[in-house]
Amino acid sequence: MMHIVVCVKAVPGSTEVRMDPVTHTIVRDGGAAVVNPFDAAALEVALRIKEALAAEGSTCRVSALSMGIPATEVLLRDCIARGADDALLLSDRAFAGADTLATSYALSRGLRELGIGDGDAPDPWLIICGKMAVDGDTAQIGPELAGLLDVPCVTDVRSFAGEGLSPGREYSPERMRVRHGVDEGIETVEVQLPAVITVSKDIVQPRMPSIAGVLAARAAVVEVRGAADVGADTARTGLAGSPTQVVRSFVPERSGACETLTGTLAEQAACVAELWGGGVR
Amino acid sequence: MSGLVVDAGRCVGCKRCVRACAFGGIVVEERLARPTDACTLCGSCIEACPVQALSIDRGHVATGDGAGADASACRDIWVVAQLDAAGAVLPVTFELIAKARELASHQKGRSLLVERRVVAVLAEGAAAESRASQLIAAGADEVLRCRDGRFPSADTAVLAALIAELARERHPETVLFGATALGRELAPRIAVLLQTGLTADCTSLSIDSETGLLRQTRPAFGGNLMATIECPVHRPQMATVRPGVFPVTGSSCAQRASDAAPGVITDVALDATLRPRVRRLDMKPVAAGTIAQAKRLVVVGRGIGSKKNLSLMKRLAELLDADLGCTRPLVEAGWLDYAHQVGQTGASVAPELLLSLGVSGAIQHLAGMGGAQTVIAVNEDASAPIFGAAHYAIVGDCIGFAEELIRQLES
Repeated sequence: MMHIVVCVKAVPGSTEVRMDPVTHTIVRDGGAAVVNPFDAAALEVALRIKEALAAEGSTCRVSALSMGIPATEVLLRDCIARGADDALLLSDRAFAGADTLATSYALSRGLRELGIGDGDAPDPWLIICGKMAVDGDTAQIGPELAGLLDVPCVTDVRSFAGEGLSPGREYSPERMRVRHGVDEGIETVEVQLPAVITVSKDIVQPRMPSIAGVLAARAAVVEVRGAADVGADTARTGLAGSPTQVVRSFVPERSGACETLTGTLAEQAACVAELWGGGVR
Repeated sequence: MSGLVVDAGRCVGCKRCVRACAFGGIVVEERLARPTDACTLCGSCIEACPVQALSIDRGHVATGDGAGADASACRDIWVVAQLDAAGAVLPVTFELIAKARELASHQKGRSLLVERRVVAVLAEGAAAESRASQLIAAGADEVLRCRDGRFPSADTAVLAALIAELARERHPETVLFGATALGRELAPRIAVLLQTGLTADCTSLSIDSETGLLRQTRPAFGGNLMATIECPVHRPQMATVRPGVFPVTGSSCAQRASDAAPGVITDVALDATLRPRVRRLDMKPVAAGTIAQAKRLVVVGRGIGSKKNLSLMKRLAELLDADLGCTRPLVEAGWLDYAHQVGQTGASVAPELLLSLGVSGAIQHLAGMGGAQTVIAVNEDASAPIFGAAHYAIVGDCIGFAEELIRQLES
């Protein structure tokens, strides 16, 4: 049976940040956490693959995996309501403060818990991540997981090859065909499974949970595991396992040296024409 | 156990930390802040605290199982070269070599006065015309060149394996990549193979004058927040760097560490057993993102009012010998292609001249135009943020202004 794991991150509902004009400190009005929109698209892709396989008479298990605070359980339950079969939350003080290296390590332990990555998993598997998270913008977790698991990685997948999103036709247990963004354009590739793919936010429109899904999710159990439960080496998790440190964060400042061009419209336009012709200031 | 520490003597219970936290990770009870289990140690509250009452205790942070001991032996700065479809070296490679030369010249705070060298890593097809001498001419002291029929490969794992293997043998202090689609898929894989840190999409690099560490500054939260990141213990220090943010200095080969020694080309081999697991079937080139390279740019925003005014703006750009860029809402409305989008999620531009028309200046947009040398902005709203990023401001109707400028240019 095909096993697809979707990696999900809880992100602040808003990425608005402003500087308090009096204290010059950062005010980040985060609001309630939501599923990273890229990851919501990743879940939708997984569910469509599952449906396409079901139409062909094959079965597929979709798991949602996250590392986060205990409250992230609510978001994973929402993933189940949308159609995921099960969900695993890695939550432990030892995971806090993780950079991408420590996060990808913890997720790899979670994948092991789900039966992926111990070398001889009998069934084909696929990991789908959002291309990036809207709060961190690093886009590193997908390729880092692929590196840890020693499987190929295709980033920024825009569509499945074939007509629209038709994974049933373009997918087999050995390989799949996808289109993804590269520097020169859109490349169509065939990737061997198992693999990691990361998807763009626009690849598909995520569905809303169904009534039946919501009811099922209410009864579903979101598994919660700590570092010790998944055999994680705490020297490699959280703050301790993070090579990078944020030494400063600040709201970008702009130089205030702006000269206002006054006069009539004709004078203003003439001034710009001169600036343009006379090169840079 | 490391964690967030509250200095009770300093905390005044102002709750700024509570507002700054996106995770409910800190609460204030009886005028004293207390971290909760939801704290992710992200550090936002530390920045928000007006009385410096908060800190992160890093007491139990690993000192890097041996990696720290020989950190001083790591001295070279590597630049991973990237080629385009035609085999030409991408401009970002030259930008990084020039930046690496500048970083290599910073010796302050280093007890060992070893010269840092700039080394370029180049993977090319076996039959391709080699670009190694161009990298030497641009300022590299050495080019590690791998000519192999498996390059270029749609499977970045192949190139990652090569670079990781070379780094294990040669211990670079720093490895820099362009933050291109390739670089951002390649670098994380190398980071896990080497178990080191990686900072994504940097817009500024400098050397900490006290510690000699690489200070890597990058936007986060969609460009709303800038973070400066260091990798103190693990080596190499790795970063992907956004194209177009560093200038290519003229003849940087003249600044090479030791003028007597010309750059050398060292041929290296790729592991014979490596097989690509991703195969290219087809490639649909998009109209090259020319706005990233444009010297002159007209950028339009929602302030132009309606789609029918686009032809006016196109005419103006033509008369000004400029390319046309736009803000994200125009792309989302379908007025212009994504290739025209300037900003955090579009192209970073670095023109000599940029005329901005009807753009309010959302911070995500400003993040993409930081490289512009001279910015002229036209907007009806005198308080629009775009004027904070502009050198010349015209407060007024951008359509009327464009019509007048066109009239003058045509006459």
